[in-house]
Amino acid sequence: MGIQDRLIEDVGLREGVKRLTEDKIEKVVQGVLKGETGARLAAYNEICMRCGLCSEACHFYLSHDGDPSYSPVGKVQQTMAQLIKKKGRVSPDDIYGMAQIAYTECNLCRRCVHFCPVGIDTGYIMSTVRRICHKLGVTPQYIQDTAHSHSATFNQMWVKDDEWPDSLQWQEDEAREEFPGLRIPLDKEGADIYYSVIAPEPKFRTQLIYQAAAIFNAAGVDWTMPSEPGWDNSDMCMFTGDFEMMGRLKRRHFESAQKLKVKRIVMGECGHAFRSIYDMGNRWVAWKMYPVPVIHSIEFFWELMKQGKIKLAKKYPGPVTVHDPCNVVRGRGHHEKLRELVRFLIDGEIIETASNREHNICCTAGGGVINCGPPFKNVRLAGSKAKADELRATGVKTIVAPCHNCHGGLEDTVKRYELGMHIKFLGDIIYECMEKPS
Amino acid sequence: MLHPASSWDWQPGERVVLDSTACPAPHEWQEEPYVSPDGEKLGAIVRLDDGLFTLCVNGTPWEASFDKIWSPRFSPDGRLTAIVQQDGEWTMAVEGETWPENYAYLWSTMFSADGSVIAAAIQQDGEYGLCVDGAPWETLYENANQFTLSRDGQATAAVVQVQSMAAADLAAFQRGVFSVAVNGQAWDRTFVNVYTPTFDPSGSRVAAQVRLNLYDYSIVVDGETWKQTYACVWEPRFNPTSGAVVAPVRVAGSWGLAQDGQIIWEPVFAQCWQQAFSRDGKTIAAIVAPGYGKFTVAVNAKPWAATFPVVTDLALAADGKRAAALGNEYNANWQVVVDGRPWDGVFDMAWKPVFSPDGARVAAKVERGGRQNVLLDGKPYKRDFEQVWEPVFSPDGSKVLIRARDGGKYLRIVAQAADF
Ligand code: SF4
Ligand code: SF4
Repeated sequence: MGIQDRLIEDVGLREGVKRLTEDKIEKVVQGVLKGETGARLAAYNEICMRCGLCSEACHFYLSHDGDPSYSPVGKVQQTMAQLIKKKGRVSPDDIYGMAQIAYTECNLCRRCVHFCPVGIDTGYIMSTVRRICHKLGVTPQYIQDTAHSHSATFNQMWVKDDEWPDSLQWQEDEAREEFPGLRIPLDKEGADIYYSVIAPEPKFRTQLIYQAAAIFNAAGVDWTMPSEPGWDNSDMCMFTGDFEMMGRLKRRHFESAQKLKVKRIVMGECGHAFRSIYDMGNRWVAWKMYPVPVIHSIEFFWELMKQGKIKLAKKYPGPVTVHDPCNVVRGRGHHEKLRELVRFLIDGEIIETASNREHNICCTAGGGVINCGPPFKNVRLAGSKAKADELRATGVKTIVAPCHNCHGGLEDTVKRYELGMHIKFLGDIIYECMEKPS
Repeated sequence: MLHPASSWDWQPGERVVLDSTACPAPHEWQEEPYVSPDGEKLGAIVRLDDGLFTLCVNGTPWEASFDKIWSPRFSPDGRLTAIVQQDGEWTMAVEGETWPENYAYLWSTMFSADGSVIAAAIQQDGEYGLCVDGAPWETLYENANQFTLSRDGQATAAVVQVQSMAAADLAAFQRGVFSVAVNGQAWDRTFVNVYTPTFDPSGSRVAAQVRLNLYDYSIVVDGETWKQTYACVWEPRFNPTSGAVVAPVRVAGSWGLAQDGQIIWEPVFAQCWQQAFSRDGKTIAAIVAPGYGKFTVAVNAKPWAATFPVVTDLALAADGKRAAALGNEYNANWQVVVDGRPWDGVFDMAWKPVFSPDGARVAAKVERGGRQNVLLDGKPYKRDFEQVWEPVFSPDGSKVLIRARDGGKYLRIVAQAADF
């Protein structure tokens, strides 16, 4: 089976390919291959032995009974290898299939890098296919809408300028009922910590802002949040392939922190945003590292725990399993800190999934796949069977997952495969167990 | 109401303005202090015992109190403003007096250069616009952002959404639903995106970045776009004398500067932004990256030799003869760099350097080990403080105003060169 046997209708892809001609495709592909990729892609193309050792790495392959068209090398063969071989001279219909593979059948999770004897990063190759598709105007509708939102509002959910400070003030009000004197300090120059989140938090997960405020307040953290755009650290433009917009978002994010003269940025429990701020977006802007250090919540909560600043009234009942978000575990190496923190918080054991830590299987939502929306939901969930099998085998009821996308993906997976598990952010558990005013 | 620096107290010496910065009225808590440009006043939000909020200025709370207050700001003429909420509606309070109209939300306080005009963004009934000294735009929009006020305060502008769009309607978005409204009137043309509208010094012209489709960026001036398009652009700025518009542009993966569509700095930089003009418009300085991960300042296209992983806060002397900026290593080891040479001393944080009006001297606020100070031409003031605000030069450039907080007191110091 190949991609042409499983095409899914999507208005963004369909309208996109309608505007294409083979000449245009050739020009754009050549432009990206010659102007933007360089030696890395050429080397990958040369050295891949088509040995298939990467296949077992990929949850899409594992979840589809070993269908080679879902393996990393199989996906490259159907996309980039064709573009290189045919020098970009492919049909609009071919582009439709390539876009579907690159945007919806690869989470850019980079698990396969660990399995390839020569270290080929299929995630990078798929990102480059996405870059070409972006330039061709062939992107799935829902993720493209998110990219539009980023470009118009500097956040991913069309949150308007007033809605942001308004929702922070509302959360502050609510939290003061429980924690008298609590503040969510806006625009506090020179604060130690600038706390940044992603737009789903003010939009529909406001309890996460509430919980973070409660924790920082109890731990005596000197923190602030900006009242103006720049507060959303997320980046679906990185995943659509709109790197110019990715750079614009990161510039705004970091300049907002630099303007407030803060020491560090702490980011909420999000994975892909971390990739954008320390790997992709910052580099497009020409910073080698992040211009203001960014600490993921895993690491920050771990620090607070080590410093004795988190005081627990009780422990969360275990056992639990831990889901390692690709971007902060494979990408950053936070797996041991995550486990130390979880052990501190729970009463009981961590039961590991068979694949764990840097070899963790992706939630199948990452890399912008969940953001491609309803048309691709079934495909995404079919791809998460391997993850579901590993989760079921732990026999536990609680999954700790410090990432928004992972939450969304795992919630769907738990439901589809009737796992009877619930999913917790670290902030959920800390808030639930921390000492509170009586 | 004007209160230019020439009318401030420039008598050299140290004066204790407040023996205690704590508000004497009974209160549950007090928030961060703000000080007036002339250093005579210190104000902070306090939560009173009755659960309401007010501002306490030099030990005296405003008569009025409110359900909520945020964003206290002193205007350049020394008036204290804050955004206040009463009965669920928001407005601006200036020296304790509120604007007559209330709004569903109000934010983003802006001042004219002399402080005589105060403006803010507003939302009423789900529509957006600007409000100047209490008077809202006649036309409000479905959305508006990136609000700006001209230097003299006589003109306002914002990016506005002029057409509605269904959820996830890619085609509508890509046809363009955004424009720029100047004093509430939108331009005829729409764009996919518009960024950073900016006025010329007289407040009569507006330039902005535009995205014409998902790939082509350009600059628009008073509704007319440049003929040239680029892979990306950053903020345009007007030459103060010629009226030409200059913007960073990205060509074949590198950045340079274009003026009215023509390249004036070759695109050879890995980054280029925040360009600034001298008063006569003859000198341009900008933050640039001559190589990947290496940032510095270029003056008239010539980069300084010293580079840093990160450079911020570029300041150009009015005569264009000198430039200063801050270099740092990913937010640590901050250095003040003047004319390409870093001053002695590495700091935990530094603030934008300030030139004396004649450009002869430079001062900057710095922080090390939790203590703050002001440097003049590289030398620290004779003592440090818990907190200082950014230094201000006297109009003749001979003295530096240091506003400082230490040991519970608030001090106003007029320092001379010998004090550093
Ligand atoms: S990056 Fe992840 S999803 Fe993509 S091919 Fe590799 S293992 Fe599969
Ligand atoms: S394991 Fe590496 S070399 Fe082998 S097929 Fe996969 S990508 Fe190619």
